Amino acid sequence: MLVKQTTKFIAILVLLMTSVSSFANTQEHGNQHDEQGNKVDSPEEIKDYIAHHLKDSHDFHLYTNNETGKHVGFPLPVIVWTSEGLKTFMSSEFHHDDNGQVIVEKGGVKLTKIHSKIYELEAGAEAVAFDDHHHAENAHKVLDFSITKSVFGMLLTGVLMLLMFVSLARAYKKGPIPTGVSRALEPLVIYVRDEIARPNIGEKKYRKFMSFLLTVFFFIWILNLLGLTPFGFNVTGQIAVTACLAIFTLVIYMFSGSKDFWAHTLWMPGVPVILRPILAVIELVGFILIKPFSLLVRLFANITAGHFVVMSLIALMITMKQAFGPVASTGMSLVLSLFIMVIEILVAFLQAFIFTMLSSLFIGMAVEEHDHH
Amino acid sequence: MDQLLNDFSPGLFFMQAIILLILIVLMRKFAWKPILDSLQTREDGIKDALDAAQNAKLELENLQADNEKLLQEARVERETLLKDARDIKTKMIEDAKGEAESQANKMIEQAQAAIESEKKTAMVELKKQVADLSLEIAEKMVRKELSSNDKQLELVETMLSEKSLN
Repeated sequence: MLVKQTTKFIAILVLLMTSVSSFANTQEHGNQHDEQGNKVDSPEEIKDYIAHHLKDSHDFHLYTNNETGKHVGFPLPVIVWTSEGLKTFMSSEFHHDDNGQVIVEKGGVKLTKIHSKIYELEAGAEAVAFDDHHHAENAHKVLDFSITKSVFGMLLTGVLMLLMFVSLARAYKKGPIPTGVSRALEPLVIYVRDEIARPNIGEKKYRKFMSFLLTVFFFIWILNLLGLTPFGFNVTGQIAVTACLAIFTLVIYMFSGSKDFWAHTLWMPGVPVILRPILAVIELVGFILIKPFSLLVRLFANITAGHFVVMSLIALMITMKQAFGPVASTGMSLVLSLFIMVIEILVAFLQAFIFTMLSSLFIGMAVEEHDHH
Repeated sequence: MDQLLNDFSPGLFFMQAIILLILIVLMRKFAWKPILDSLQTREDGIKDALDAAQNAKLELENLQADNEKLLQEARVERETLLKDARDIKTKMIEDAKGEAESQANKMIEQAQAAIESEKKTAMVELKKQVADLSLEIAEKMVRKELSSNDKQLELVETMLSEKSLN
């Protein structure tokens, strides 16, 4: 098992290193032909590139050859709810435009994409008009149920999880001790059960919440790790995703709260009566707002910051080239980004762990039964 | 914050909720439940096996203690038996010795008695023989002596004289 894990770890490392070096190659290559193409090589462009990466996108974009203007990747389906109803088409119809230049007309509605968001032009408008802050004036956002890159990542993760854990479940039919990959997965399941769920929720009630906790743990972890691959997913860095996860936790602990929990939250015993409503408000705000908010922001901020730092460090080789020369800046960038990448692998696990841990802690608080009164 | 709110996509939120919900349901049915059940079964099995092993060990220890006790008892019994046997042997030898002695004594006594009686019988016989013989001799002599009258008279004389002497 150790050998397997070690090889896995090395495989991930190699994958990361190749990703870093492939980035470096394209960047350097781009730099040599500065005057010819429209390269991402100035601090502003790098900043935009990073900001663009951190956002969700409507196509699966691996890289762009700026010389030929060729985009490598594949389009994903766009599903939007417009004033004229549901519209679906492939994102390739936007032709990689992200500034509201390309307008797609679908059954009477004009749609365009600005900064990874799909806008519907108001009736009569032919082109997007921007105000001083680059906000569209004559268009509004539509409800976007597209299979974006994040949704694609989530589906991929779901399929991966099903493949891995259904095979683990099957492995038990052959014998009590699984073999192969399942052997590496089993300790993780046991870890979540024995180190996260059991101590926080309690021996009697933990089983009911295991499905949620295990799913969330592996969902976040795999998505975090996917984010470190060269495919550049940033799913757990989407605030909608982390908010959804946190709201799931909120709903679960609110609906499984014991009588004691509500008694303690709404009418705290042992304090002067006059203070009890105030405490109730504080407790309720804590449980309904602060706790889920801390969950969603922690995950979102950690992953976003991680991606930001890794990409900035990779970009060091361009931004520092003037000051240190190409060799020193590339070496520095390589060492630093490798270092941060290794930390990010740890963070990927840590954030999944913390999210699951805190979720089970909050559930544990809600289901706890006091026997002293 | 404004940026965050702007980045928040309700559509993505909705998709994520749907995906997560479906994933939880699917994983629960096809993965977590069988996995956790199997783990539980296995752990219970291991616990039972360990308990059983512990019990077996205790039993074995008990058994060994019993064995030891039995062995001890057997040893003691053997000692007693051996001692008894030895005693019996000594006693038997002793008894046999006594018996033999008494038997021998008796036999000697009997033999002696027999010898005595034989001797007596022999003596009686001998006496009778001697008497007979003497009588015969005497007869012969008397016959020879008394073949003449003189001699008969002489004898009478002698006898009478002897008689008177008494």
